[in-house]
Amino acid sequence: MSAVAEERNARAPWALTAPALMLFIGVLLIPLAMTVMLSFHDWGQYKGIEPVFILKNWREIATDPYYAEMFWRTFRIAILTTLLTALLGAPEAYILNRMSGRWKSFFLLVILGPLLISVVARTLGWALLFGGNNGLVNKLLMSLGVIHSPIPFMFTETGMVVALAHVMMPFMVLSVWAALQRLDPQIENAAMSLGAGPITIIRRIIMPQIMPGVLSGAIIVFSLSASAFATPAIIGGRRLKVAATLAYDEFLNTLNWPLGAAVATLLLIALVLIVIGSNALIERRYAEVFR
Amino acid sequence: MAYLELDRVAKQFGAQTVVDDFSLSVGKGEFISFLGPSGCGKTTTLQMIAGFLDPTRGAIRLEGKDLTAIHPAKRGLGIVFQSYALFPHMSAAENVAFGLEMRGVPRADRAERVRAALAMVGLAGYEDRHPRRMSGGQQQRVALARALVIKPSVLLLDEPLSNLDAKLREEMQIELRQIQRTIGTTTILVTHDQNEAMSLSDRIVVMSQGRIEQIGTPQETYEKPASAFVSQFLGKTNDFAGSIDRTATPPRLVAGSWSAPAPAGLNGAITVSIRPERIGFGEAGLSAKIVTRIFQGNHWLFQCESECGPAIVIRQNDGTAQPAEGEAVRLAWRPEDMSVRARASA
Repeated sequence: MSAVAEERNARAPWALTAPALMLFIGVLLIPLAMTVMLSFHDWGQYKGIEPVFILKNWREIATDPYYAEMFWRTFRIAILTTLLTALLGAPEAYILNRMSGRWKSFFLLVILGPLLISVVARTLGWALLFGGNNGLVNKLLMSLGVIHSPIPFMFTETGMVVALAHVMMPFMVLSVWAALQRLDPQIENAAMSLGAGPITIIRRIIMPQIMPGVLSGAIIVFSLSASAFATPAIIGGRRLKVAATLAYDEFLNTLNWPLGAAVATLLLIALVLIVIGSNALIERRYAEVFR
Repeated sequence: MAYLELDRVAKQFGAQTVVDDFSLSVGKGEFISFLGPSGCGKTTTLQMIAGFLDPTRGAIRLEGKDLTAIHPAKRGLGIVFQSYALFPHMSAAENVAFGLEMRGVPRADRAERVRAALAMVGLAGYEDRHPRRMSGGQQQRVALARALVIKPSVLLLDEPLSNLDAKLREEMQIELRQIQRTIGTTTILVTHDQNEAMSLSDRIVVMSQGRIEQIGTPQETYEKPASAFVSQFLGKTNDFAGSIDRTATPPRLVAGSWSAPAPAGLNGAITVSIRPERIGFGEAGLSAKIVTRIFQGNHWLFQCESECGPAIVIRQNDGTAQPAEGEAVRLAWRPEDMSVRARASA
């Protein structure tokens, strides 16, 4: 091959990826860099944003316990949501996988259905059911005498976890479902022929094999929950802030863009570290299953 | 007394009968093959023995005890699946040990038996390897060791060799046979490969459309096929239309210009079945023309166009001169080599 052709070949991948690369740089990397830069700028009630390089916002986040509490709450909610989706979603996917043809597609649609509805509508639905004295479920249970005061739901972490888990469930189910598809269809029969009972089969044979699916689902659910905005905004409102709603408020209500940018940047960094870290752990732990 | 007995077993899925009237008695230590094309019900029958399916009718007995009343986990049968169904998250040794663990075999004893089982299938030293890091043939051996280590009363093999390449398959066939002979486990093999069935089994059960066509030793089923299906399915065969003339004295069987004294019983239109390797080129007989001649090392394969339709002839490569393509020949065979069936006259 001639040197010219070789050179052209070497440049071809760059040329071919250029449009996507430019889009990536233009709409993701540049705004991201600008946000990071913004977090080092100064801000005052009357002077607005001053493009200087100071650590004021970061120092505030590091020293004021309000932010520590808020970040701790964000991750607590994300962790509990992840646990709840894993506990409910994994058995759900397993049962779904064992169903026969028509029922399987029907229930798969039921599980995926929520993805077609806006997060806001779904969360408001929860608010309608449990929101204070007027919530449908609360009214019903109170009229039946099961409870005397409404179940606290709005403006509670429990409410946020429940609503988030509902929103995130399809991601967990799909992820476990994908892992179940990789299972040898005869593997349960194989274990049974060797003398294993149903519980042993699930614990010793099925669980270890779908664990990677549960964990990758958990990563998706965790990162989406930690950065979720709509659900915490509706359920938690101004009273129970998480990182995403705080950043939003700093940007649009207080108009303290630099502080909002610092919160958003910190959330991003924390999430990236957690996701990369757990991904590496999972890949090492389950190297044999992934191959 | 029969060791494993299937008594008029049938399986229906809805209105569809997949296996019907399946009766077989297997002696202890016997190697039986269920042979047939896909969809003939052979795997369904195996799954009923294993307990993954319940028969719709009929009984399955092991040493006189009703097997269908026992949960599959308690039957104590060893099964090798077509896909091997190894546990990918466990090492080879852990895979093999699983059945022993379920039986509560003490740890020390377990380790010893696992080592022995893996050594038996030629995998000593592979204890810590995970299935996905093993070749197809090695995985197959692990599956076999896993099934045998529990000392099963019956070993069930569901097309265990079909995922291996031809050479490896042949090696495994020989090895499987040796292992089975050594430990003497009663074995049932499901296969669609007639060579596999013939080289491995003591007896072959030829199945078609859920029914048994013939039960016999490999030689019997090959030499004396009970039906047109069996003769077609087991090896190559030539079917020539002929007729029996009872008015002649003595009565004669005629197929084209080939004729022989008529066998007793049949009359009128018949089909003559003759294996290609039993046909010779002679002075008299069915007149034919050689269309193609293929050299296959140890034998020659001739495709001929005879007066009774296409014919295949196989001749040993014994060094003698063979007829060339386009040459006119006469096909002849010994009457005892053919099988004759009545033919529905068109």
